[in-house]
Amino acid sequence: MNRKKHSWVITTLLILGSLLILFPLYLTVTIAFKTPPEMAGNLLALPKSWSFDNFANAIEMTNFFNAFKNSAFVTVFVVIFTVMTNSLVSYAIARNMHKKFYKFLYFYFLSAMFIPFPIIMLPLVKQTSAWGMDNLVGLIILYIVFNLSFNVFIYIGYIKSIPVELEEAAIMDGASTWGVFWKVIFPLLAPMNATVAIITSLGAWNDFMLPLVLLSDREMATLPLVQYIFQSQFSTDYNLAFASYLMALAPMIIVYIFAQKWIISGVMKGSIK
Amino acid sequence: MKKKNNVFLVIAIPAFILFFIFHSYPALQGIFYSFTDWKGYGDWNFVGLKNYLNVFKDGRAGDAYLFTFKFAIVSTILVNIISLAVAIGLNSKIKFHKTLRAIYFLPYILSILIVGFIFNFIFAHVLPRVGEAMGWEFLSRNILGNPDLAWIGIVIVAVWQAVSFNTILYLAGLVTISEDLYEAASIDGAGIWTKFWRITFPLIAPFFTINMVLSLKNFLMVFDQIVALTGGGPGKSTESISLLIYRGGFEGGQFAYQSANAVIYFIVIIIFSVIQLKFLNKREVEN
Repeated sequence: MNRKKHSWVITTLLILGSLLILFPLYLTVTIAFKTPPEMAGNLLALPKSWSFDNFANAIEMTNFFNAFKNSAFVTVFVVIFTVMTNSLVSYAIARNMHKKFYKFLYFYFLSAMFIPFPIIMLPLVKQTSAWGMDNLVGLIILYIVFNLSFNVFIYIGYIKSIPVELEEAAIMDGASTWGVFWKVIFPLLAPMNATVAIITSLGAWNDFMLPLVLLSDREMATLPLVQYIFQSQFSTDYNLAFASYLMALAPMIIVYIFAQKWIISGVMKGSIK
Repeated sequence: MKKKNNVFLVIAIPAFILFFIFHSYPALQGIFYSFTDWKGYGDWNFVGLKNYLNVFKDGRAGDAYLFTFKFAIVSTILVNIISLAVAIGLNSKIKFHKTLRAIYFLPYILSILIVGFIFNFIFAHVLPRVGEAMGWEFLSRNILGNPDLAWIGIVIVAVWQAVSFNTILYLAGLVTISEDLYEAASIDGAGIWTKFWRITFPLIAPFFTINMVLSLKNFLMVFDQIVALTGGGPGKSTESISLLIYRGGFEGGQFAYQSANAVIYFIVIIIFSVIQLKFLNKREVEN
């Protein structure tokens, strides 16, 4: 195999494979624009006229903007506070690993990754509703706390590569530990912060199980939850349903189109650690 | 120096307390209630190991375990074969390199629940029409409506979604392998297969281990896909363990009983992960 030349065989195979990914999305877009009578014809054909009626109806029936607002609210706050707090906790642990308490904390957070959610699900829901946390703020707090498990792991891997001398120099100049973290360490963590922000936002935006068990008020439903409630009530009007799916998927797809380079490299970075 | 320690403790102790309150404490409560007969409300009594014994005798739980394992093992194997192949493809000299990479990673950002709804439609309406048009008997009915085949539909959707993430991980491993190794092997007359088994595979072995353990763990927790595709049916043929715990716990008044089931589920996942890690690590060393 001459590795200087482009391999057309592999390119062709990959293009054929990518059709398997694009086909369901093509179907989603075209069906979202079709009318129910058109569904009887060729399912794979393009719609005869591109009408936005399905979208208008779906927006009304799912209360789309409310769900979008809820999802955006949760995702934005989870990302900001996860990056700020989880990096800080990781820093505290990473710089004190020689001490028993911090070492214990590291393995304590890490081991939680292997606890399946259903084991804490039932008591957690009882507890959060008793404490009035069965709302979006409660959801945000739980995500930030649960994220520690994975983030401590990848942040600490990265912090270890930052020389301690940098901090010592800053302390010599009169900076406090607090100042050292925010002025020296946090900016140096930028690549890891980006990775954590990407993984966290995908997790918060797409999560279905935690909102399902935690939120009792429909007004607070996030986008995936709205799709679920909507699906169980209006499962026969496919055009309406697909318009609704498309609107729920679109925000992430638009972000992805513009930022895919960073998203892919961000996730790759997180996985090498 | 003393002041510095205090700052670190001020950071670490609240994190510890919050994590304990919202993660460990519910887990301990779950274990505690698994020894009672609590319905989720009202009074309760200790019943010892009764719940555990009942889980073992419960046919519905047994079926859920069988389904979940069958699904998880098949999906794990398929995802790893496909994503490794895709990663190798994306890592070789190809045209449209960036576009293809972007397309293959696209499913990673999509909600599994909504993807499941879209595939639900494909299985129910698109594939049967294709089957009829082509005269293929096996495709002309919705496989999700067939108790024997519905699990395959769930495997397809789960694999479709999971390949992207595993491909990212494999690609992260592949880009660290030096081109020189392959050139040297070519000079020695090694073919594509030899290069794969002697160079590529041993060098990405750690990524293989991580991918196998993570995908099995994730697939054992399958939930969203099933809710979107079959809701556990037809009958109870695709009811996964997490769906059973969710349903029994929240809708069936089996709080304590499903807590026992969750503890067993937890132990099973730990055992599987440990066995897998031991087995795969040993293989890594031998290579």
